[in-house]
Amino acid sequence: MSETFTPTEMMTIAAARALTNDDVCFVGIGAPSAACNVARLTHAPDITLIYESGTIGTKPDVLPLSIGDGELCDTALFTVSVPEMFRYWLQGGRITTGFLGGAQIDRFANLNTTVVGPYDTPKVRLPGGGGAPEIASNCGQIFITMALTNRGFVDHLDFITSMGHGEGGDHRARLGMTTKGPTRVVTDLCIFEPDPVTKELTVVSLHKGVTREQIEENCGWPVRFAKETTETPVPTETELSVLRDINARTKKAHEAA
Amino acid sequence: MAKICTLAEAIEDNVRDGDTLAMEGFTHLIPYAAGHEIIRQDRKELFLVRMTPDLIYDQLIGVGAARGMKFSWGGNPGVGSLHRFRDAVENQWPRPLDIEEHSHAAMANAYEAGAANLPFAVLRGYIGADLAKVNPNIKSVTCPFTGEVLAAVPSIRPDVSIIHAQRADRKGNVLIEGISGVQKEAVLAAKRSIVTVEEIVDELNPPSPNAVVLPTWAISAVVHVPGGAFPSYAQGYYSRSYAFYIAWDKIARDRDSFTAWIKENVLAGKPEDFARHAVRPAANAA
Repeated sequence: MSETFTPTEMMTIAAARALTNDDVCFVGIGAPSAACNVARLTHAPDITLIYESGTIGTKPDVLPLSIGDGELCDTALFTVSVPEMFRYWLQGGRITTGFLGGAQIDRFANLNTTVVGPYDTPKVRLPGGGGAPEIASNCGQIFITMALTNRGFVDHLDFITSMGHGEGGDHRARLGMTTKGPTRVVTDLCIFEPDPVTKELTVVSLHKGVTREQIEENCGWPVRFAKETTETPVPTETELSVLRDINARTKKAHEAA
Repeated sequence: MAKICTLAEAIEDNVRDGDTLAMEGFTHLIPYAAGHEIIRQDRKELFLVRMTPDLIYDQLIGVGAARGMKFSWGGNPGVGSLHRFRDAVENQWPRPLDIEEHSHAAMANAYEAGAANLPFAVLRGYIGADLAKVNPNIKSVTCPFTGEVLAAVPSIRPDVSIIHAQRADRKGNVLIEGISGVQKEAVLAAKRSIVTVEEIVDELNPPSPNAVVLPTWAISAVVHVPGGAFPSYAQGYYSRSYAFYIAWDKIARDRDSFTAWIKENVLAGKPEDFARHAVRPAANAA
């Protein structure tokens, strides 16, 4: 691997690698959608991708701008109504993996996409939760991907839109949840996994060329590192070309419309 | 039996000041032309219901037609914020907006409960989520059989629901294809309903006995408005205009540019203006 790559490309490819051929994956829009489709076009051709608009087993040729693009329906195995999507397929326990992004995350992988500031008098009103609250509780496990910044990785969330590990430890189990919750958070600098006991996000892998200081500077809480960290394998030529091709097709398609 | 009429007549007959109004379409088939007609007829004090407010409710909020809104995701899909919605919540412009915020799962369940003539919906939802702390309409119910505590939300029962669909026949039976969202539930949950369509045809010829069809006797009015879902899309007719969704960010960011846009494109417009968008893309033309 000689070619250079951007931190965002590394993030998307590292996130894609977390998925397997056997996964039935509920896909969030944006960075998760790119990662899921790179997985499908590289090592996981039989993965089932589901978007909350009701499209099941979809194989988009270009990345959707919204969760309900016609491309998703055109290339799906089948399409169901939104109540069926959330009741039978998500709440029914048929989804192995939910892939989410967010505006803000805390050290226990709780996500905020609702408000900055008080709920009734917000400083910034964000779009809200959409499907995330129930994706977070009803999928077998959750992957999260977002760039590591001080604005995004914060010490305290003003609002918990979707629960990760709550206050840490066995909080999910205490609330009656039987699913694993967030098991991996992939950023443009490193990969976090929750500590097996405390559930605090812990750096397990640093991307090539990234220092611990860089990670500490860009994270809003004192970062914990695993006893033994690894270096994330750099993107292969195939992974990079697949990602760049789908991004180029997407750009062209969206400019044309 | 549905009345087949003009858009102006359908809105006059069915949408009243103060109504709880649901205009549905999950990214696909959003009834934009009907939204513009509501603005032209100057409806006031509406309580808006929609899973994803999208640009259609950004427009209604921005002109001050809404007293409140029930929703579950209020962004410009793939672009960013709905600036008129944000301005109403953050700065009360042009008036305060009462919000009742839910998750998608809860909204979908609440529409289904409304269609089923039930008072509330039950779901395994909102676990550990702060929405339950700020929305008094999110409560819990204990299963009488297992003792499990589940989330409960009131069913959605609009005074009037409005959707867009591909086709109707001359009696007013309606066929919906592609991503069908919560449109069927929204119509069946409402007291009155309007469906705008791309085409009115002699024979509906549903492609399968399982097709999503709303019979004429379940609808109040059917209106022929080709292109009426622009800038969203109508599967098999025209594609989503990403360019317009991106352009809206700039138009709606500023109060004056928004107001000028509404004046020029809505107040001075008419339903027939949408027809120019109803052009099949080359790829689908065959």
